[in-house]
Amino acid sequence: MTEALMESAYFGMVLSLVAFWVGLKVKARLRTPLLPPVLVATVLVIAVLLLLDIPYDTYAAGIEPLTWLLTPATVCLAVPLYRQLALLRRHWAAILVSVAAGCLACAVALLVCAKALGMSPELYHSLQPKSVTNAIALGISETLGGVTGITSLAVTASALLAVGLGNSLFRLLRITHPIAKGLALGNATHALGTAAAMELGEVEGAMSSLTIVVAGVMTVLLAPVFAGLL
Amino acid sequence: MPLLFQFFRIAAITFAGELLSLLLPLPVPGSIYGLLLLLVLLLTGLLKLRQIERAADFLLQIMPVLFIGPCVSLLPAMGIVADNLVAILAICLVTSLLVMAVTGLTAQWMLRRKEETTRD
Repeated sequence: MTEALMESAYFGMVLSLVAFWVGLKVKARLRTPLLPPVLVATVLVIAVLLLLDIPYDTYAAGIEPLTWLLTPATVCLAVPLYRQLALLRRHWAAILVSVAAGCLACAVALLVCAKALGMSPELYHSLQPKSVTNAIALGISETLGGVTGITSLAVTASALLAVGLGNSLFRLLRITHPIAKGLALGNATHALGTAAAMELGEVEGAMSSLTIVVAGVMTVLLAPVFAGLL
Repeated sequence: MPLLFQFFRIAAITFAGELLSLLLPLPVPGSIYGLLLLLVLLLTGLLKLRQIERAADFLLQIMPVLFIGPCVSLLPAMGIVADNLVAILAICLVTSLLVMAVTGLTAQWMLRRKEETTRD
């Protein structure tokens, strides 16, 4: 049975799609941004691989065609950016400075933690792009020599924490401006937080999706600089 | 057929982005060069949004599914993760809150200042 599964190159893709479908059902049922379908799907796929004792490489061969589409999909992030251009033009200074400040704060904090904990370079490089959208983070991680699995985990965990704690933090720090809220959520949580930001309001949502790309590009420039500092 | 050509255009821009990543000495992934290239093409009007819009929206919509592979690639790295799980999660918590606080406060300060100067 397991051998039959392993021989087909479509096994990995079908398993992933079924797992994602279950993830969508769970999301529709529970209506919480804290259980994104990707997370549910990842856990399910890993569970199935471990239970049936299927080697990771077999699965990887099947999922490869989907992962291959990630690069053109990332290129297409230019489209929402282009659509939000009016908003970007009007508030460009606040957007660029605050997003840059956030990315820089994150890079410095991570460097301090890495030094304090004596982190391995591999782990450090995997965590460096943790506060940008997954698509861009994976590209950075690969370029720097990180482990993409750890990067995905860190990006997802960070986003979940930020979505869960965002509103309390805003109240604590008296951040009330809708644009500021959108930028903050977007910079910490990317696509996942954008869904949450959309619930706060249209301006928040638009700002959040804009930040995904702006922060991504900034981190691309920042990460190599900080990579050499460990 | 038109949809296929939309995919071709996106593929061509992606390819150009990868080429730039190979040729230029900066550690920038090809996808980012492609993103910037597409943005420039749209801004200059050399490429119209409708020439790629349907394919682009399709790729953006299915993006979450495309992440399953990279997420599952955690499996072979499980050793490193398990040893450092608490550290990784703690770092995620601290940096996430920090990013939100710094970004939000800076943006609010700048926006308020701008609103005050325009009112005067």
